[in-house]
Amino acid sequence: MHRIEIEHLTKYYGKSLVLDNVNLTVGVHEVVCLIGASGSGKSTLLRCINDLVPFDEGVVKLDGVSIHDERFAARELYKRIGIVFQSYNLFPHMTVLDNITLAPRRVHQISRTESEAYAHELLELFGLDGFADSYPEQLSGGQQQRVAIIRAMANRPDVLMLDEVTAALDPELIGGVLDVIKNLREQGMTMLIVTHEMGFARDVADRVCFLDGGRILEEASPETLFSRPENPRTRQFLQRIIEAGRL
Amino acid sequence: MTFWRPGPPRRSGRCLRPRDRFLPPIISVTTVLGAIFIVRTIVIRAEQWPRIKAQFFSLPAIIEVFPDVLRGFSINMSVWIVSLVVIALWALALAVFRSLSGPWFTSLRVFAIVYIDLLRGLPSLLLVLLFGFGIPALQIPGLPRSSLFWGAIAMISSYSAYAAEVYRSGMDAVHDGQRAAAKALGLSQGQTLRFAILPQAVRNVLPSLLNLAVALQKDVALLSVLGVRDAVREAQIYTARTFNYSSLIAAAVLFLVATIPMSRLTDYFTKKDRERRLQRTV
Ligand SMILES: Nc1ncnc2c1ncn2[C@@H]1O[C@H](COP(=O)(O)OP(=O)(O)O)[C@@H](O)[C@H]1O
Ligand SMILES: [Mg+2]
Repeated sequence: MHRIEIEHLTKYYGKSLVLDNVNLTVGVHEVVCLIGASGSGKSTLLRCINDLVPFDEGVVKLDGVSIHDERFAARELYKRIGIVFQSYNLFPHMTVLDNITLAPRRVHQISRTESEAYAHELLELFGLDGFADSYPEQLSGGQQQRVAIIRAMANRPDVLMLDEVTAALDPELIGGVLDVIKNLREQGMTMLIVTHEMGFARDVADRVCFLDGGRILEEASPETLFSRPENPRTRQFLQRIIEAGRL
Repeated sequence: MTFWRPGPPRRSGRCLRPRDRFLPPIISVTTVLGAIFIVRTIVIRAEQWPRIKAQFFSLPAIIEVFPDVLRGFSINMSVWIVSLVVIALWALALAVFRSLSGPWFTSLRVFAIVYIDLLRGLPSLLLVLLFGFGIPALQIPGLPRSSLFWGAIAMISSYSAYAAEVYRSGMDAVHDGQRAAAKALGLSQGQTLRFAILPQAVRNVLPSLLNLAVALQKDVALLSVLGVRDAVREAQIYTARTFNYSSLIAAAVLFLVATIPMSRLTDYFTKKDRERRLQRTV
């Protein structure tokens, strides 16, 4: 049984083809990393999966049910699939605790006590206890991004999607965020991760997909893809990454 | 390789010598006082000064008219406060209507756009005359006939159109990512507005809204054209009776006493707002 199944997904922005017949599955507890040059359609793919943007052809299924099925109406889909963006987008006028408990309380009708208890649990787990009453602007970028991940986790999603969550961070802050993600992996979280940190992808991924021009050109285990890439485009991309010193 | 080394300490406000600290303010204050003194001397020496003084600054006249003007001014203030509350809410509703997307809300959105365009395009005075004289003249049963009531409605309608645009600019200034994050967390459009967008938008535009409030504080006097006995009207009545303008000066002083603190408050919030933005970009 696959948690996520994507079949023949095609998407246009106006006349330009952004996703071209994408097929991809993510199993339960599996961690899949998406790599590829900027503009290759990685973010769009994630946004299609949790229905933030509409697509033109194909089907996306969560636990075997199309995301457009009425079972996922009434925001059930957003509860099941969490997403975290590159710019953390915390709500600046709310404390960390309110940021985390907003959706559980207002969308999922979980009591304040219960949602706050879970929020504190997550904050402690990810080394942020003591920041519950801080405002986002009092935190470093890395801490804010960890809060954003916790905020997505507070909905108790079945799948977590991360879109270049370390790309906006200073190098010394990246490690803390990556540790959080590794921790989530240990706990069996199913994840779909877009990243430019190839070393991290090699460590954490069960499978790596190389996206180019809206198509998945190569899909393999990290050992295979990083050491014996088959597609010339993949080799070219990895070559450039190595030259930039990021592998 | 050269390393950065601290240079000589910069002069900051705190380590100025006493001469540098006190001299500039002393000079500027003396200059202003001197200028006032010169102007005053010229004015008082002028032939017409006794007449001007009697016409505009007659203390007995001011004392005589003051209770009436003050009573009128209390009408200005009550209308102002009630209107402020109504405008703050109604304009927010208009701004929200205008921002709604989706086919279900088309009519609300169109209504808000038409309303704002119409009422921003008309002089407040014209609206006050139209509502304040026009509607009571229709004598529709069940509707209030008071000019004061309809005049206030006119002011509220007009100012709400402006305030709605101010709110809207505040909503536009909230980063798109905030909406995306709220949606991805599962918040509905209404919840996104209520919990994520509007609190930030209101904070963004508080200084501009306060500026509008100061403008309204003065414009309530437009209702005097309807015969409403506000401060300006009372002053005018006195002037018509005695041919003395000191009553208008009395009203002017009352308005200043009310508007200047509001302006200072606006400055304060503007400054705080700027500091907050600076802090965020650093
Ligand atoms: N909202 C949009 N409107 C039009 N074109 C878009 C929009 N978002 C992304 N695109 C285009 O879609 C392509 C894929 O973008 P994206 O999914 O963001 O790529 P990636 O995340 O891999 O950098 C790019 O060519 C981009 O210009
Ligand atoms: Mg992207």
